[in-house]
Formats: sequence, structure tokens, C-alpha cells
Amino acid sequence: MTTFLQLMVNGLGKGAVFALLALGFVVIYKATEVVNFAHGSLVLFGGYLVLVTKDHIGWAAAAIIGILSAGLLALAVERLLLARSRHADPFSLALLTIGVDVIITEEIIRRLGVSVPFIGDAWDAKPIQLGGITLFRTHLVALLVATVLITAFFLASRYTNWGIAMRAQAENREAAALVGIRSSRVTASAWLLAGLLAGIAVLFIATQDFSGAGLSRGTHSIALAAFPAAILGGLDSTVGAIVGGVAVGLVDALSTYYVSFAFAKSAVFLVMLVVLVVRPAGLFGTRETTRV
Amino acid sequence: MSRLAWIPVGIVLLLLPLYLEAPWLKAGQYMMIGAVGAIGLTLLTGQAGQLSLAHGFFLLVGATSYTVLAGPKGDHLGLGLDPLISLVGAVAISALAGMAFAPVAGRVRGIYLGVASLSLVFLGLYLGQAAESLTGGTSTGRDPATFKLFGFPFSNEGDLVVAGVPIRGTERIWYLFLALLALAYWLARGAVRTRIGRAWRAVRDNEAAAAAMGVDVRRTKASVFAVSSAYAGLAGVMTVLWFDILKPDESEYGTYGVNTSIAFLAMVIIGGLGSVGGAVIGALVVFGLPQVLTLYSTDLGWFTGSVTPVLVSSFVYGAAIVLVVLFEPGGLAAVGPRVKHRIRELRS
Repeated sequence: MTTFLQLMVNGLGKGAVFALLALGFVVIYKATEVVNFAHGSLVLFGGYLVLVTKDHIGWAAAAIIGILSAGLLALAVERLLLARSRHADPFSLALLTIGVDVIITEEIIRRLGVSVPFIGDAWDAKPIQLGGITLFRTHLVALLVATVLITAFFLASRYTNWGIAMRAQAENREAAALVGIRSSRVTASAWLLAGLLAGIAVLFIATQDFSGAGLSRGTHSIALAAFPAAILGGLDSTVGAIVGGVAVGLVDALSTYYVSFAFAKSAVFLVMLVVLVVRPAGLFGTRETTRV
Repeated sequence: MSRLAWIPVGIVLLLLPLYLEAPWLKAGQYMMIGAVGAIGLTLLTGQAGQLSLAHGFFLLVGATSYTVLAGPKGDHLGLGLDPLISLVGAVAISALAGMAFAPVAGRVRGIYLGVASLSLVFLGLYLGQAAESLTGGTSTGRDPATFKLFGFPFSNEGDLVVAGVPIRGTERIWYLFLALLALAYWLARGAVRTRIGRAWRAVRDNEAAAAAMGVDVRRTKASVFAVSSAYAGLAGVMTVLWFDILKPDESEYGTYGVNTSIAFLAMVIIGGLGSVGGAVIGALVVFGLPQVLTLYSTDLGWFTGSVTPVLVSSFVYGAAIVLVVLFEPGGLAAVGPRVKHRIRELRS
């Protein structure tokens, strides 16, 4: 029972991180209908900047720099590449992000070389014993941070002008433009937000507690698991992203323990496959209808 | 290209083994593997509009099937079949695997399908490691049987000399791959030009309209998945023959991993979605560049420390994808006609 409880806490902690990544995907998708395959490279980029600055300016300042730079990179990708090809369809733009991902990822992996550094200094490897179960601080902080951020996101999307503009554009791009919402600004802010969330997520991913592996190609593939999280919940549903993220975290934690580490990677994707066959638009996604 | 233009190309490709050294022939063979796989993917993604990131998985299916079918009975599971029959069997098994995925493709569309297909790569990663009796496991791998055509071995065995040049394993494999590529190319062109290709494009452009015109959408999708996976499976068989070992990946970045699926997608995008000839050109870029750069690496002197030919090639094809989407959505296949058009304009 204690093992199971511990697995649940681990799963929820991981799930919180996947939820942050998936939320980024979904925000971009809702604003632009583009699926961002470069999400993993944003995660690596943020992590890399934390790594190179933390010895000089301290971890906390480095973490902020990492988060901001991941956000700015996302913004730059949108402004410099995607915004310039407005006539290309979302499908081609998704392919374009694959190209971006290859370039950024390969360069950061080259810079990392053989080192696999951990970057979650503030909370990594400081477990707490609580009534027979070991709780990893990383998971607890991740859960807390994600809860605060996700709550803030939902409040902002409901009550602020930015949130209303965002939802209006997601609903109907042309109508939103007609009532004076600047589409380019909404799109840019969506990418910025997704980048910031990716920069926060990496502080939890590249830790001893989360994956046992530091910043490396493995970090990129963990970020890849945010794909099933977003798709599971439904690509156009922010609630779905949260549910999907938590589901992926739990499946990962449970299958790692009960089956094997090697299987856990596939388990997440297999669950997604099953959900897609039953509900092709994900759990909370809008069903696509065809007018003949 | 007109039919006559193929004759000199064919002659050059046939004569190359008499002049080129073995490392260059190996590089050329690798490009042919890429070309066969890319043709399959361009039919699926370009002609029929089904995004797939599962190509790496079907390569693994083909590679494993050949090794098991042709393998000797021993420590691992082997059926000891004739290599030619094994090759055909491996392609057929890959096609069936593709068809088994078709029900998913029937329900899930566009980007959803791309991500859904990614799950096959992860499934392959796990099965490759877990099913050691088939794949040999990640630590040792497994030797594939030498390919033989009616008893003639595609290895260094036996003496065969043409025009003073000994035709050994590498040269023989070159001719084998060339024949397979020619067959793959010819069949794909045939499919694209006829009713089958029209049905694929109809489904790509508008499923409802295609159904209204009498195209069985579900069957068409299943067929294109089967065809594409068959091509990937053949590329997988060629891969084990090229490496002379079947070795399942240790992570999702390997011979049959996510990066391979993306590399094939890159070939198809760079060449121009849906263009069979473009897929071959894309393969020359994406699979050819790392090989050629490696061969020239000592002469160039660029590659020191962490800058490797593979890295440089990744940069090139990553950038090529971005540039193609931004400036020439038709890919390299559209560049030729455009240049021709410009010249004609300038003349008049």
C-alpha cells in the first residue's frame, strides 16, 4: 500500500510537469492550429542556459534566465519563421518546426558532449521521509508550481483581456480580427507562454529525482512524452492537457514499477493509441465534423 | 525525365562499381536504402496525405523478419528459408504490419495520426529489446544470412572478374540494391500514374468528395499504408544487409528510431511531397551527405572534436526543411520545372 501511495505521488509529480509541457502545446495549437514539434528543443535550450550561467550568478538567477530564454526562443521561432510564412498551411508549419527542432537539439547535444548535468539544484535529491514513504522534493515542488501556474492560467484566460482575446481567436480567427483583436500579438504571446512553460518544466525534468538522468538527449525524449499528454486530452482543450499530463505521469510511474523501465516509454504511447482509437479527438477535444 | 535520359544514368550506375573504391560504393548503397524508404513515405505522406513518423518501426519489422526467416536454426529463432524468399516474406510481413495499423489511420487524421504513428516507434524500441530470440538483443545483435540469388552469394565468396575488376561482396550488393531501387521506383511511378494514385490523391484532397466519387476511403488508406510499409520493410532488409548485423536500438534515437523516421520525413519534404523522383533526391541529401562528408573528412579537416559529419548533415537537412517550407513548398522536385519555365520566359 505504501508503495502504491508513493507511486501515486511520484506519478502526480511527473504528471504536473507533463501538464505544463502539454499546456504549452495546446496554447500554441489553439492560437495557430500548429503542432509544435520543436517543444523538446525549447526544453533543452532553457536547461542549457541554466547550466552555463548557474556557476556564475547562482542557481535562482540562472533558473530565471533559463525560463526567459526558452520563452524568447519560442517567440523568435514564431516571429522570424512562422509569422513569415502566413500562407503555408498548419501542416507545413508543423513540418517546419521539425526542422527547427533538429537544428537546436543537435547543437545543444553537441555542446553538452558527454556530460549529463543535473540542473534542479534547489530541490533535487533531497527526499523527505513521511510515515514510511519517501517523497521526492522535486515532485512535490513540481506539483505545487504546476498547480499555481495552471490556476493562474485559467484565471487569466477567463478574466483578463489577453485571455479573452486568446479564446476569441481560438474560437474564430477571422471574427476575432474583425472586432479588433490583433492576431499576430495573440499568436506571439501563445508561443512566448509555451516557451516559458517549457523553461520551467526542464528544471524538474533534468533531475536525479525525475529521470535519474541530467540534461541530455534523454531530456528531449521525456519532453516528447508531452505529445501523448496533449493528444490524449485533446489538442484543443486546455483542461485536456492537464488531465492528459497527469495521466501520462501516472502511467509512466506505475508501468516503470510494475513492468519495467524499458516498457514505461512505450506504455505512455500505447495508452494514447488506445484512447485515440476510441476517441479520435482525445478525451476533451472537439470532434471534427465534415460538411459535405 | 524523358525515357531516353534514363539510359546514360543507368549505364553510369552500372559501371560505377568498376571504378569506385569500396567505401564509396558503401556510401552509394546507403543512399539507395534511403531512396527506397523515402519513395514509400512520399506515397503515404505526399500522395495520400497521411503523416507518418512510424517509418523507423517498419524498417525494424522488415529487418527482423528477414533475419528470422533466413536465419539458421540455432540460439535464436530462425526458419532457414531461402534468402530471396525471406526478402519477399519480410516485405510481405511489413506490408501486413502496415495494414494492421490502418484501422487507426482510418479514425485519426492529420497531425493526430503523425503522433499516433510515433507510438509504433516506441513499441518497436521495446519489442526489439524484449524479443531477444528474434532480434538478438541490444548487446550482441544478430548476424543476418548472406543474401543469395539462386545459389549465387552476395559476399566475397567465389571469383568473379569483370574487365579486370574483381566483383566482390560490395560490388555485388551494389547491383542488388540498384535492382531493388529500380524496381521500387518503377512500381511507385506506375502506381502514381494510374487509378491507384488517383484514389490516393482524392483521399488526400477531400475524403468526403473521394467517397462521393466512389473511392473506398478506408480501403484506400489501408492499401497505401501497406504499400508504404512494404517499402520501409524492404529498406529495413537492405539496412541489415548493409550493416551485416541486426542490432535493435538501445534508445529511441537509433537505426530504427525517431530520428530515422524524421530523416525519412526530411527526405520527402526536401524532395517535394508526393514526388517519387524528389524522394530519391531527398535521400541523396539526407543519407548521402553524412556518408560523403565522412569519406572526405580527413581531406576537409573540418571535423574536430564534437563537430561530426552526422552533426553537419543534421544541420543541413534541418535547415533544408525550414527553407523548403518557407520558400518552395514543392521541394527540389519543383525547382527544375521552375528554372525551365524561367529560361523559356527569358528566351521569348
